[in-house]
Amino acid sequence: MDDFLAARLQMAFSLGFHIVFACIGMVMPFFMSLAHFYWLKTKNVVYRDVTKAWSKGVAIFFATGAVSGTVLSFELGLLWPKFMEHAGPIFGMPFSLEGTAFFIEAIALGFYLYGWNRINPWFHWATGVVVGISGLLSGILVVAANAWMNSPAGFDYINGEYLNIDPIKAMFNDAWFSQALHMTVAAFVSTGFAVAGVHALMILRGRNVAFHSKAFKIAAVFGTIAACLQPISGDISAKDVAKRQPAKLAAMEAHFHTERNAPLIIGGIPDTAGKKVDYAIKIPGLLSFMATGDFNGEVKGLDSIPKEDQPPIGVTHYAFQIMVGLGMAMVGLAILYFIALWKKKQWLNSNWLLKLFVIATPMGFIALEAGWTVTEVGRQPWIIHGIMRTADAVTPMPGIAYSFYLFTGVYISLSVIVSLLLYRQITMVGKLYDSSNEVPKS
Amino acid sequence: MIYVVIIFLWTAILLYILLGGADFGAGIIELFTSKGNKDKTRKTMYDAIGPIWEANHMWLIIAIVILFVGFPKIYTTVSVYLHIPLVCMLLGIIARGTAFVFRNYDAVEDDMQKLYTPIFVYSSLITPFFLGIIAASAVSGRIDLQANDFLSAYVFSWLNWFSIAVGIFTVSICGFLATIFIIGQADNESDRKFFTRKARRTIFMVMFCGALVFLSAYLEQIPLFNWIFGDTPGLIAIIAASISLVVMFFILERDKPIMLRLLAGFQVSMILFAATYSHFPDIVLLKNGTNLSLLTHQGQIKTIESLAYALLIGSIFILPALFYLIYIFQKRKDIPSDH
Ligand code: HDD
Ligand code: HEM
Ligand code: HEM
Repeated sequence: MDDFLAARLQMAFSLGFHIVFACIGMVMPFFMSLAHFYWLKTKNVVYRDVTKAWSKGVAIFFATGAVSGTVLSFELGLLWPKFMEHAGPIFGMPFSLEGTAFFIEAIALGFYLYGWNRINPWFHWATGVVVGISGLLSGILVVAANAWMNSPAGFDYINGEYLNIDPIKAMFNDAWFSQALHMTVAAFVSTGFAVAGVHALMILRGRNVAFHSKAFKIAAVFGTIAACLQPISGDISAKDVAKRQPAKLAAMEAHFHTERNAPLIIGGIPDTAGKKVDYAIKIPGLLSFMATGDFNGEVKGLDSIPKEDQPPIGVTHYAFQIMVGLGMAMVGLAILYFIALWKKKQWLNSNWLLKLFVIATPMGFIALEAGWTVTEVGRQPWIIHGIMRTADAVTPMPGIAYSFYLFTGVYISLSVIVSLLLYRQITMVGKLYDSSNEVPKS
Repeated sequence: MIYVVIIFLWTAILLYILLGGADFGAGIIELFTSKGNKDKTRKTMYDAIGPIWEANHMWLIIAIVILFVGFPKIYTTVSVYLHIPLVCMLLGIIARGTAFVFRNYDAVEDDMQKLYTPIFVYSSLITPFFLGIIAASAVSGRIDLQANDFLSAYVFSWLNWFSIAVGIFTVSICGFLATIFIIGQADNESDRKFFTRKARRTIFMVMFCGALVFLSAYLEQIPLFNWIFGDTPGLIAIIAASISLVVMFFILERDKPIMLRLLAGFQVSMILFAATYSHFPDIVLLKNGTNLSLLTHQGQIKTIESLAYALLIGSIFILPALFYLIYIFQKRKDIPSDH
């Protein structure tokens, strides 16, 4: 494998791995704090049990997120030294603030995990909320760094030099808001659906039903509300991309020719040589409307972009379809769930609704990974859009392929262990956490 | 402002060595404890480091962020030429961080524990070893920007006796910090005796490893002796460290855990001070005789300023919270947690 490809894949795997843990570490604390709140208010022990079970999950995910994040902060230099040499001082502001957010998060988690019966109950509860808030903040901050790569700002690029650096301007670049919003909502969608799905499965199996029903409801409500917000935020992102990175939008949509009244292309197989998309559904005018707010607006096609500046079309297009498709599927399920909550209470006890949630367990995370693929692959061949090419940023050290195999092996084994651990946490619920269960707890 | 950033960088590294080091040391002494005493050591250690465990390794991240934001050239040079030991250290960090949590949070206690424990213990050894190698390689003048074959560019940049000796020395420092720390955690007299004996042995170990460092520096023709004893502040630091070591020996038997910890912290700070003061502001010495300096290779003014403000503001939030965390969980005789 060639070193450049290996470096890109290693970066992509590391981020793809980290993001799963980071999202759960960001969102679970909110679920946990809500359950904890109900426990303090109602003194219903089931809520305390749910809180404790979830807090174990948070600890496992936090630690894995923390080590994979540590690896990332080194990998930026190990793999992309030329990029970091110039970008570090410009987009470093969010990272330096993020350090504080992580720290607060780690400290608050220390209080939370070890604070049962040791500190004032409401202070204890508040530390859980702080874990969530600082986690969200750190997510928003890193995304600001990534947004800068899509929409570089805060410096003047003169004769290959990066002058007049302004880190604050770089942080609040044009892409920052839409990306941070979309990412935050995505974290709630993916974690909400994943957690709800697992508890739904346990309810279907008839295990510790009271416990799992309460847990399911909290996760499902968060996940479904976020799912309905996601298309709105996605629309903001699409408009933003159309403005700042027409090449990315064109690749997402496999939109080959610049035109007015451009159709929205759903599915299909892009044919790069023939510059057309086969077997696709086309909705006339919709792309123009989505990108510009006007059915007759002009949307730039790939033909307006020099060949060497075009991103890979296939990957970007498929990834975009997967994200939007799954997003819509989750909106559908969310609507069913809301109907069940408000109008058709009997649905809540029916198996088919729970089964749908079980099927939807991985959807959020798949959409999340697909979305990042759109963003990152769609930015190619640039590492800093319009300024530096990815190929020019890679480390001179040969043999990155081995490092790629090594890290891939590590990530795969970690994923297996974490899954095993979660599986064991879940199967042990009856024994460890559910005190309403007959088995007396020692 | 640049000095604010440098002080933060130095402090972050020091705190990583002290807090993170004690925490690596926990794994190391677990490795060197006889079977019968392993469980006791592990449990005492876990109770002590559990709550602050996540926070400890944040110092490393802070140091890295300061480097890549404020001193990008230094960060990238080290990343390129010390790629291999960095990857080894990262593997250690991954293995250790996850194994620690897995073994404490796995719902079922069974054979999996047999897997987690060795991973935890050996990675506790590997991580500080490579950390030491990286630090030593930065100053040993073997990084060769002109090298054009793989071995001299990416392997001999770090593989030499001096770096290895410093790696071993770092491991011994971690073990030392952990044994001193654990004395204060013992809740009965016989445990305290046991840990005190251990502490005495590790102190000799540290002195022996320190001697190895000087010997290897001599073999590799690195003027370590001049660096450390060459200028007055460094000399004073080393003398102060030695005196405090003698004091430590005297009070080791008495029940003064806080004093012992302060002394140990003081000694390690003095060693780091002496080691860094002599070639400040240079932190990477290259083979061609030039240096990468914190002063000449800093980022642009605005970057440094905003970094300094970010750090200052951050520490207003972090430090009180951290102290409170440590304080709360030091009051040991509380109701035990029902985990
Ligand atoms: C649960 C996950 C999820 C779901 C259901 C959706 N997205 Fe998304 N999307 C993401 C998760 C995500 C993401 C992984 O979080 C990305 C990557 C970068 C970013 O900011 O968000 C993303 C990026 C992203 C981008 C590129 C932004 C950029 O490069 O700056 C666009 C245009 C959209 N999304 C649009 C949509 C639309 C129209 C959706 C309609 C349903 C949608 N997304 C659902
Ligand atoms: C966490 C979610 C993210 C995922 C899943 C992700 C995914 C990817 C993928 C798939 C690539 C490979 C693109 C290609 O080579 O075609 C990539 C590259 C890269 N990403 Fe991301 N990314 C994420 C976030 C970020 C963030 C937050 C940053 C920086 C602050 C970042 C920096 C990079 C860099 C430096 C590269 C290598 C250069 C390149 O290929 O453009 N990524 N990432
Ligand atoms: C190049 C990209 C990235 C780098 C360098 C990076 C770096 C880090 C580091 C160093 C940590 C460890 C902090 C600790 O010990 O607590 C971490 C954890 C975390 N990261 Fe990332 N990160 C990146 C991408 C992302 C993205 C895209 C997100 C989310 C949107 C994210 C969100 C988080 C969160 C929430 C944590 C806290 C750990 C947890 O709760 O599990 N990171 N990251």
